[in-house]
Amino acid sequence: MTDKTARPTGGPLPPGTRAPDFTLPSTPGQTVSLHDFRGRPVILAFYPADWSPVCGDQMALYNEILPEFERYGAALLGVSVDGAWCHKAFSENRKLRFPLLADFEPKGAVARGYGVYRAAEGTTERALFVIDGAGVVRWSYVSPIGVNPGADGILRALDALDAKKKG
Amino acid sequence: MTKHRDVAALAIPVDAHDHAAGRPDAPVTLVEYGDFECPHCRKAWPIVKAVQHRLGTRLRVIFRHFPLKELHEHAEHAAEAAEAAAVQGKFWEMHDRLFERQFALEDEQLTEYAQDLGLDAARVAQALAAHTYKPNVREDFMSGVRSGVNGTPTFFINGLRHDGSWDEEPLAAALEQAAR
Repeated sequence: MTDKTARPTGGPLPPGTRAPDFTLPSTPGQTVSLHDFRGRPVILAFYPADWSPVCGDQMALYNEILPEFERYGAALLGVSVDGAWCHKAFSENRKLRFPLLADFEPKGAVARGYGVYRAAEGTTERALFVIDGAGVVRWSYVSPIGVNPGADGILRALDALDAKKKG
Repeated sequence: MTKHRDVAALAIPVDAHDHAAGRPDAPVTLVEYGDFECPHCRKAWPIVKAVQHRLGTRLRVIFRHFPLKELHEHAEHAAEAAEAAAVQGKFWEMHDRLFERQFALEDEQLTEYAQDLGLDAARVAQALAAHTYKPNVREDFMSGVRSGVNGTPTFFINGLRHDGSWDEEPLAAALEQAAR
C-alpha cells in the first residue's frame, strides 16, 4: 500500500481490537455512528461498489437474510466509497432495508481505519467485521475481491457471541 | 479462480429429502441453490443438463431452493409449486417447466403447469394458497445461507462451493476433476 496512514501490518483489524468509532452519511441528510449501536452486535460489511451486475449481489443477499441477523439482535451496516446519492438510488433499486454508509469524504477514511482500503483501486476490500455490543471486533474476514463471501461466516460469528453471552 | 483454504462448504449434507437426479453412488454430486425467477439460473439450466449428459452416471444433481424473494416476487411461490409437484412425483418436470416459463409465474399459471404435467392441480393450488411447502423452501434457503450461498445460482461440487465460472466448459472440467 502506498498510503502513509495505512496500518503498517496491513490487513483487517483482528478480533480483540477496539472497533474505531465513525460517523458516516447514510442518506443525503442523515448520519449513522457506530456508537449508536452500543449494546448490540454490529455487522460491518465493506464492499467495493454499488451496482454489481448480478442477481443477489452481496447487499441484496444480506437483505434477504436480514431477519436472521435480527434474531441475534444484530444491526447490519453496508459501507462503500460510493456517495450518499448513489447509495440512495442503489438501495431503492434493491429495496434494501438496512443502511448503506458513504465512506466518501475523506474517501475511504473509515475503511483505512479498519485496514481494508485498496489504495490502488480507490475502493474498499470486500471485508466483514462482527463487532460486539461493547465495540470490540470479534470476527473479521477479507474475501477475494471478486468473491461474494455469503453470510455463513457472519452467522457463525454471531453464534459464537451468543454462546459466550450465555456461557 | 483458485481454491481457497477456507472455501465455503455445504453445511447440510445431501440426504434422502433432497431432489436428486442421478445415482446416489455417483462419484460426483453437484448441488445447485437456485431461484426459478432468477435469469442467471435460467441461463444455467441448459448448462446443467449438458453436463449431466456429458458425465452420465458419474454425476448426481441436486436442486435446493434459494428464492431471492425481495428481488423476485414470484420466486418463493414457484419454489412451493415445485415442492407440491415433488409430492406427486414430478419435481424435475416442474423444475423444467418453471425455468421454461420463467416470465409467467403467477399462481394461476403455476396451477396450469401442474395440470399440464398431469398432476392433481387442485391439490397444488390448495398447497400454494395455504403455503403448505413454505417451511421446506425456507429450510433449503437457510441451509444455503449456512453453506455460504452467495447469490443464485450457487453450485457445490462434492460439498465445496464452486467459485469458478459455471459456463459449460469450466463447469464440466471442474466436475471431471472431481470425478477423478
